[in-house]
Amino acid sequence: MVNICKSFGDVRANNNITFSVNYGEIYALLGENGAGKSTLVNMLSGVYTPDSGEIYVHGKRLRLASPADSISSGIGMIHQHFKLVNVMTALENIAIGQEHGFLFNRKHVRDRVEDICSRYGFKIEPDKQVRSMSVGEKQTVEILKVLYRGADILILDEPTAVLTPQETERLFDILLRMKEQGCAIIIITHKLHEVMEISDRVSVLRRGEVAGTVNTSDTSPVELTGMMVGKKVELSIERPAVRYDEMMLEVKDLSLIDREGIARLDDVSFTVRRGEILGVAGVAGSGQKELCESIQGLERRKRGEILFKGENIAHLTPRAIFEKGMRISFIPEDRLGMGLVPTMDIVDNVILKDYYLQKGIFLSREPARKRAEHIVKMLNVHTPGIYHPVNKLLGGNIQKVLLGREIDSTPDFLVTAYPTRGLDIGSAHLIYDELNRQKERGVGILYVGEDLNILLSLCDRIMVMFEGKIIGTVDAAGATKEEIGLMMLGETPGGVTAND
Amino acid sequence: MIKMKARTDCTNREASAIRGAAIIFALLTVSVFILILGHNPLSVYASMIEGAFGTLYRITETLRKSIPLIVASLGISLAFRLKFWNIGAEGQIMMGAMGATFCALNFPDLSPWILLPMMGAASIICGGIWGAIPAYFRAKWRTNETIFTLMMNYVALKWLTYLQYGPWKDPAALGFPKIPGFSPNAVLPDVFGLHAGWIIAIVLVVIVHLFIHHTQRGYEISVVGGSENTGRYAGMNVKNVIIYTLFFSGGICGICGMIEASGVNRTLSVEITRGAGYTAIITCWLSSLKAPVIPVVCVLFAAMIQGGTFIQMAFQIPQSAAQILQGTILFFVLGSEFFIRYRISMVKDTEPEEVE
Repeated sequence: MVNICKSFGDVRANNNITFSVNYGEIYALLGENGAGKSTLVNMLSGVYTPDSGEIYVHGKRLRLASPADSISSGIGMIHQHFKLVNVMTALENIAIGQEHGFLFNRKHVRDRVEDICSRYGFKIEPDKQVRSMSVGEKQTVEILKVLYRGADILILDEPTAVLTPQETERLFDILLRMKEQGCAIIIITHKLHEVMEISDRVSVLRRGEVAGTVNTSDTSPVELTGMMVGKKVELSIERPAVRYDEMMLEVKDLSLIDREGIARLDDVSFTVRRGEILGVAGVAGSGQKELCESIQGLERRKRGEILFKGENIAHLTPRAIFEKGMRISFIPEDRLGMGLVPTMDIVDNVILKDYYLQKGIFLSREPARKRAEHIVKMLNVHTPGIYHPVNKLLGGNIQKVLLGREIDSTPDFLVTAYPTRGLDIGSAHLIYDELNRQKERGVGILYVGEDLNILLSLCDRIMVMFEGKIIGTVDAAGATKEEIGLMMLGETPGGVTAND
Repeated sequence: MIKMKARTDCTNREASAIRGAAIIFALLTVSVFILILGHNPLSVYASMIEGAFGTLYRITETLRKSIPLIVASLGISLAFRLKFWNIGAEGQIMMGAMGATFCALNFPDLSPWILLPMMGAASIICGGIWGAIPAYFRAKWRTNETIFTLMMNYVALKWLTYLQYGPWKDPAALGFPKIPGFSPNAVLPDVFGLHAGWIIAIVLVVIVHLFIHHTQRGYEISVVGGSENTGRYAGMNVKNVIIYTLFFSGGICGICGMIEASGVNRTLSVEITRGAGYTAIITCWLSSLKAPVIPVVCVLFAAMIQGGTFIQMAFQIPQSAAQILQGTILFFVLGSEFFIRYRISMVKDTEPEEVE
């Protein structure tokens, strides 16, 4: 891939990316969330088309306009979420869309699948239905499917995220064997120790650009982390000292198992004091969203205790918490999908949480109109008017409306998830200043963030999550980016991986 | 290469212009069809208008046809605001009509001042329950409301057929399967030459408008319809919102059934709806769910139906020509939504070597 660029709207997801993979090589792509890894491989697999740049396969320049083009040029993508038909057998899933004859020649398919299996050392039961398979087996079927289609370039998107350690080991054996057979393998991962274990070369992406490409044998986890997080940038964000010593929120042994039986939160315990900002760092999907929604009362399947000013609120609904007079404000990650009603105007969004406190069946928008005007003025929201639908505001202004509403309700506690994502620097700083103002007022703040520079400058303490667990909590004043970066990738401060 | 890009900056004026253009294109397309039939499209369109609004009688007939569309569209608009795709208005109308008929047949001698409100209440309850059943299953187990409400239509239809051929069969009809006619007390009186259903329709337009925009319940519907997650985030009981909204939605459709049974047919039969429950989906959508716009669209639609009947006589062309016009307009207007949501542009394509 040469000079690949791709933008979504104003966001440059990939900028001048160049890399190459050789046959008989395992190549790792490493990077934080939003670094552009998925965009990049989606262009290889034909899901997106690059805005500019060229893709060469076998030395030949190709235009990959669709996944079909990509498959026919020998590129096979194994997505993180499997694309299999549950009610069909392994064999049928492999042959789907590939056998164009009128009759399904089961024997022929079986022979070829068995041939591939013996070549790479797969073990499957061809007649087992996908729905009764374990995650590892499903993944094997996915890999077989692309091999059956003749792929010799395999892309695996976070293949180990859903596997048990034993399954991971088996997968790596297979990958190594495929490498010996001359396949080119691209693996996307968040886990440093896996990169070190299996890859030959590794490229680190940062903010849509290649931060560096090194041979795995010449590098160390510390160097890779450094490339990934970049140099520490001093930001002019103030950090007023914590002035209170009162406990505000105490979470004890909070666990959450989702419908698929995966533990999203695993014995999480921490505390936040009055007037303190506790940062939460971690790669996306480490449990931050579940944690925020649990505190809010939105997540119902949890176990454990959430003590707010000493009272357990773990089993209350959002409205029950509100009615107890506890003001827990929440600025969710998905602003338009959860925090606001996209098609409604600012006024209607401002009354979202307390509209029902009005007497009678009617709804007066008069108080909300004043509050909306106040918010627009206070946070300098750029809008044609307070009756403008929020989904037609530009990025940062949407967030200001949401933050404004939550702060305007004079909260005791504030949960924010990525509050400055997608905002320009000016708006972002406005929001940091506002958070600091709330902190000095004595509000406890849980700040889920992704930019380590900001976490280090703004927060008092930083808690690092990995796969639903808390890896460690550090004092922001004395911590380094490398230290936190390693923890985010599952390495505990002592250097032992949390998996083991 | 044609490039499509999502847009959010479409102003209301632009959107109206796009929709207007769609209707003109639809008329042009149908013109071709009329020409093939050997008629002058302009004179056909002119006589359609003539047929719908030409005389006082025709205007009354057009309005008479528009009333069930208005009432049912109002009902459907509540459910659609919630993004609950209720296509069960047909069944809800039938059940509402059944509730009203039950009262009319059992208490024929009550004063109309008591009987008519009683019939109205029964129609709201029956239609409302018919709407709330699929809502309950959707809220509780996330069943597909489109299929569910559609199937409920057939249940309602077969239930009416059973009543008409069985327990409610008119003993005086010499074995002919019909339900007895209503007593005069159970018939909506005429006001200015048209049954009083038009007053009910106007009152409902006002009520629905106020309900959506100026009550807490209406606000909840808008929030949950805009984003279910936001509703949960705000502490609303999303399941209850879905269920009570569909009770109202079905209840209003039920009133439509009462008006048709009492004001127009003066009895109940399996043909009570004459497809109003399905046509109302179209008119509701074309009004973009706005209560004040619904009467306008429904009268125009009724005019098209009425005019279609007229051109059938005047030009000896089948009424289905008018139905083709309806279908074409709908096709173009719904299709034009695409241009409201996306911007189409041509981009130069640098064509590298193709994949073999």
